[in-house]
Amino acid sequence: MSVLVYAEHDNASLKTETHKLVNAAQKMGGDIHVLVAGEGCQAVAEAAAQIDGVAKVLVADNAAYKHQLAENTADLVVELAADYSHIVAAATTTGKNFMPRVAALLDVAQISDIIGVESEDTFVRPIYAGNAIATVQSSDAKKVITVRAASFDVATTDGSAEVTSLDVVKGSEKSDFVSAELTESERPELTAAEVVISGGRGMQNGDNFKLLEGIADKLGAAIGASRAAVDAGFVPNDMQVGQTGKIVAPQLYIAVGISGAIQHLAGMKDSKVIVAINKDEEAPIFQVADYGLVGDLFDVLPELENSL
Amino acid sequence: MKILVPVKRVIDYNVKVRIKQDGSDVDLSNTKMSINPFCEIAVEEALRLREAGTASEVIAVCIGPKIVKEQILAALAMGADRAIRIDVEEQPEPLVIARLLAKVAEQEDAGLIMMGKQAIDSDNNQVGQMLAGIMGRPQGTFASVVKIEGDEALVTREVDGGLQTVALKLPAIVTADLRLNEPRFTTLPDIMKAKRKPIAETTAADLGVEVTSTQQQLSVAAPATRQAGIKVASVDELVDKLKNEAKVI
Repeated sequence: MSVLVYAEHDNASLKTETHKLVNAAQKMGGDIHVLVAGEGCQAVAEAAAQIDGVAKVLVADNAAYKHQLAENTADLVVELAADYSHIVAAATTTGKNFMPRVAALLDVAQISDIIGVESEDTFVRPIYAGNAIATVQSSDAKKVITVRAASFDVATTDGSAEVTSLDVVKGSEKSDFVSAELTESERPELTAAEVVISGGRGMQNGDNFKLLEGIADKLGAAIGASRAAVDAGFVPNDMQVGQTGKIVAPQLYIAVGISGAIQHLAGMKDSKVIVAINKDEEAPIFQVADYGLVGDLFDVLPELENSL
Repeated sequence: MKILVPVKRVIDYNVKVRIKQDGSDVDLSNTKMSINPFCEIAVEEALRLREAGTASEVIAVCIGPKIVKEQILAALAMGADRAIRIDVEEQPEPLVIARLLAKVAEQEDAGLIMMGKQAIDSDNNQVGQMLAGIMGRPQGTFASVVKIEGDEALVTREVDGGLQTVALKLPAIVTADLRLNEPRFTTLPDIMKAKRKPIAETTAADLGVEVTSTQQQLSVAAPATRQAGIKVASVDELVDKLKNEAKVI
């Protein structure tokens, strides 16, 4: 019995999600092998080899895997699947994209977005936008699983696993990468940040998000947004926190001008401490906030920035 | 080109779910049900492709007992040409749904399958990808822009760092993200007209698919509730609490 963990990376660096995946994989039992698929990703493989608990790192370094297209990645993982009882990837847009394809090709079900491991075949996952928590037992011979990284701790890095190169090349003729338009940001990544400050419709426009920047810089925080702020065009969609955006669980989450719709709460209610700043004291966000401040964000934010 | 659009009946997204007393499942009795919001976006996109002359016909497919006719009619009222209902007692697992849809897609020779990225009840986000895997077709998941150019679909996808565009050889499977479009409203005449549109019925057995299950839901619980918080009166008090009480800054 062993576990194959698909490394989350951008070809240059290994993402923290991978460390959390290894932590989750340890609860499933057996040897842990990490697969690094990409192009020019040796540095990523070396970083993966240092994660405690990893027995082996497999590297598939080829142009076919550069953009981690679902067709190629799924075929690669299926090729390796015979040796593993569990195949695990992060519930990021990469993992969500190729893993169900892997499951279908292996003719097994998938367990999505787990937040807990009860045993090798029993897992805990949220349903209905996090308003219910289901415990699910799988009788499939192979478990194909995506993991909500925010629910697991980061594994330590004192290891020195062996790194093996794979020469399996899977390239589908049916899909091609055309272009990418990535958001530039100096701040920590939303899903990995210890502190997140998010703005909602109450921010009124995109320029006003600058009011969050000073505070974010002082706290080393990532900036997020509610769907209302994204739909109104204030900020790009990859900043969205919620059921359909990113799921975060930082130490501190500051919601500014966010009412707290179910779909937004689904993305942040596992944060350790939640602060709400809203002028409507009836806003549902105050029901989940540890500290609520009723006030106009245009007064509160500059004052908050000054006092930090 | 025919476009197949799977639609799912789910609890209305505004309803707060209740958990059954015995902790076996959520309680859906007497609850408002609707088309899954992502499926609605998929229907809208298919209709726009037909209106642009790219598609010839839009076929809605819905899996479930007779009651799902409500959601089928909603899709027909939006403008789908006809519908297929696959009769099953309960909602099968995603892999079985994908197998059923694959059979229908083959029978109909669909050039594009346009569907939602996830259902808001099970939150799985699997069926589109599984369907693409089973049929050996390329997939464009989490689409925010779909363009058909010749024998290719250019799909802009919402990914974690921003946007990514891929080119897929048709036939393909595309799953809709929230920002793909704004679904149209239906009017009373649309709803009346929908009642005259054909709804074909089939079963899993007709399609040669066995409805199996490999996952057992052992329990469903309410999420841990957060302890009631406090309201602070000033920014200074807030900063003080965060520093000295919560110790998070």
